[in-house]
Amino acid sequence: MPLLTVSCLSKRFADGALPVVNGLSFEVEEGETFALLGPSGCGKTTALRCIAGFEQPDSGTVSLGGQMFTGGGTLVPPERRGIGFVFQDYALFPHLSVRDNVLFGLGSLPKRERGDRADEVLRLVGLGGFEARKPHALSGGQQQRVALARAMAPRPRLLLLDEPFSNLDALLRQEMRERVRDLLKREGMTALLVTHDQEEALSFADRVAVMQNGRIDQTGTPEEIYATPRTLFVAQFLGRTNLLLTQADGEEADTVLGRLRLNRAVHGSVLLSIRPEHLALAATPDNAASLEGTILGREYRGHDITYRVQLGGIDCLVHTDNRTRFGPGDTVWVRALEPAVVLERVGEVTP
Amino acid sequence: MRKSNGMAMTSLDLRHSSFITRWYLWGPTALVVLGVVVPLGYLVVRAFGAEAGELADLVLRTRNLRLLGNTLGLAAAVLALTTAISLPLAWLVTRTDVWGQRFVTLLGVLPLAVPGYVMAYALLATAGPNGTLASLTGLVIPRPHGFVGAWLALSLYTFPYLFLNLRAALLGLDPALEESARSLGASRQEVRWRVVLPHLRPAFLAGGLLIVLHVLGDFGVVSLMRFETFSYAIYLQYAASYDRVYAAWLALMLLGLTGALLWGEARLLRGRLFHRAGGGMARHRQRSALGAWQGPALGFAGGVGFLSVGLPLVTVLYWLGRSTERGGHLLEALWDSASASAGAAVLAAALAVPIAYLGVRRASKRTRVLERIAYLGYATPPLAFALALVFFSLRAMPWAYQTLGLLIVAYALHFLAEALGPVRSALYQAPPQVQEAARSLGHSPLRAFFAATFPLLRRGLVVSMAFVFLSALKELPITFLLSPLGFESLAMRMWGAASESLFSVAAPYALALILTSTVLVGLLLQRDGQRDP
Repeated sequence: MPLLTVSCLSKRFADGALPVVNGLSFEVEEGETFALLGPSGCGKTTALRCIAGFEQPDSGTVSLGGQMFTGGGTLVPPERRGIGFVFQDYALFPHLSVRDNVLFGLGSLPKRERGDRADEVLRLVGLGGFEARKPHALSGGQQQRVALARAMAPRPRLLLLDEPFSNLDALLRQEMRERVRDLLKREGMTALLVTHDQEEALSFADRVAVMQNGRIDQTGTPEEIYATPRTLFVAQFLGRTNLLLTQADGEEADTVLGRLRLNRAVHGSVLLSIRPEHLALAATPDNAASLEGTILGREYRGHDITYRVQLGGIDCLVHTDNRTRFGPGDTVWVRALEPAVVLERVGEVTP
Repeated sequence: MRKSNGMAMTSLDLRHSSFITRWYLWGPTALVVLGVVVPLGYLVVRAFGAEAGELADLVLRTRNLRLLGNTLGLAAAVLALTTAISLPLAWLVTRTDVWGQRFVTLLGVLPLAVPGYVMAYALLATAGPNGTLASLTGLVIPRPHGFVGAWLALSLYTFPYLFLNLRAALLGLDPALEESARSLGASRQEVRWRVVLPHLRPAFLAGGLLIVLHVLGDFGVVSLMRFETFSYAIYLQYAASYDRVYAAWLALMLLGLTGALLWGEARLLRGRLFHRAGGGMARHRQRSALGAWQGPALGFAGGVGFLSVGLPLVTVLYWLGRSTERGGHLLEALWDSASASAGAAVLAAALAVPIAYLGVRRASKRTRVLERIAYLGYATPPLAFALALVFFSLRAMPWAYQTLGLLIVAYALHFLAEALGPVRSALYQAPPQVQEAARSLGHSPLRAFFAATFPLLRRGLVVSMAFVFLSALKELPITFLLSPLGFESLAMRMWGAASESLFSVAAPYALALILTSTVLVGLLLQRDGQRDP
């Protein structure tokens, strides 16, 4: 049985306005790290706030461990949900010290255990020795860890994280992502993360749900949603991709890239996606499946290179390692390394 | 962490989320709405309580027209004179290299520390055969009274409202606007008329509104100068004769006038709030050199400063030397004033917190109406407000009439708007997530507010209470109508002595009032400084 069940959740902020959350349903398993990924305005933060109890959804239900929080006439206030929340800008109490911030949620513990628990959690996030500081005397990364410690201290059954790394600079963000993920796993904490950063979702979560317009397009492991996106939106949101409109006849289809294998059997007109790193470039034709093209542009990005190649009347993107030395105008041979992914047309139902 | 199960909590939780069980929200709301709207409504009931024939007689009296003419004429004249003082002064301190720019700015603000009736007292005590001037130099000038007296006294103490607004507007105007106008071929003079003046219009309207509201609501100055405006007539009608229905009608007319003014202002301002596009600090502005005009400019600023600040101070100190007061009466008056004002300050702050909270965190049409009502209590001329409360309390709760409690409630409701400002800005600075964080850590809404948000409001609350305390200390007409028997505030004693030309008796009270008002001005300036760093 899943720990968190969200079912048909809907929320609009004004009468007549478009719903921000529109029939959202998903489940989070005990001990799992789950990410809601989507562009800004897709309703992911609103969904998170409905789960925490800060917003009241118009319809739909939220239940945790079998207990109904929202729906069926029930509305449990946030303070009785036992859910921890880490805010995007941390929302530390500016007038309290680091230790008092952490102690804030420990009122239900016996008095002598409170201090021990606060110290334990602060040590856990690596902030032992900072207890007496005020939040403004901490760096962004330290504030973030205080917010995490404060939310984890009362041992919530579920931890919600609202874009928790977005206020950190790129280097620190990567480091904190790893540390927080380790910590959550070590503590066996169930966590729900909201983010617009696909790299963050893919590296941080066990499962990712990609949201668009208030509902989920696809849920799966990071590998699943990246390698086999279900819709055009998911394919494009998770990274650059080549799109090919063509006719399929079963397991294969004729495309400008030659005859490609497909990830599933389908007939008729289809939209295919194939990632740039699933194509390879060569200076000479190495087998029959290669097609001749011309380099249009070269984008050197340090650890890899993205080429724009003109091929059978279209431009396509090809990722290579940083050792290739093609330049604009060069003739190259393009070959597919993986099957192309058949995208669902709008309105098509998943089998 | 959670002890009860889902079903048992259901009904409880729904009840908790509703407004009704939150006494700390609906209680203050109810007090403000009832305290402001109901008495004003009762004023209408009272006014229409007369018989038809009498009604026509009351409403169509030619005296009403004369009062209207007097009130509007005075307001227009004060507006003209304050503009003539403020505009050049604001220009001098923002656009020229006038010497002592900071000091000149201070001269434009300090008159706020002189309550209107103290200014009137200063004018009265200076002139005339027994005045300061006559006894110091032998020069006898006629004592100002009636229209001229009221006009001078009101203008000299209200012009800072316009000065401050115009100064802020001139400072806020992006120099790039003027520079682009110049680069498009406009002369310096043309820029002034076509770019700068249109941008000053909202500031002029805002400052002018405050001044006209002061004139409409003023009682101290017009009563000392014996110039019959609506406010003074209401008082005479109430105090001298017992024709309460006519007093109610006069109060209604004054209210109508105020309402028409606010409505007109809102219409004029619509779509005329100019904002500087783009963020960032405006670049430093070129100031024009005064050159030979430095002398006349300083003379003008000095003259204004002497009349509005120097004269009251000199007068008060001169007559203080002749005072026989040894401190006993002064202490009694201070105690009366301070006890009522302190109560008002605490009550107003206690009301301001939930109302500002609803307005900031639960912004909706309803909470906007609530805030409007709080401002309505402020904009209502104090005499009309006090009269409404007198009628209402006599009718609905006679036990409260002429008690310290009712006086405190009246002050608090009238000055609530002053308490709302600082609390509102403090609330805007306190992130709402802090309180949500407290909720998610297991605290009920009320406890979360007090644990997480309230500590961040403390500074704002102190300022709120100081504003209300000092304003209530200076208040005259509400105190007159609602004070308990034997209660005599500083303002009442000072006004009483001044109206009988007992200038030396009035002096110690006047000095105490000037000193407290100076603290208020200091507070205002500090807040102003914080707002535009």
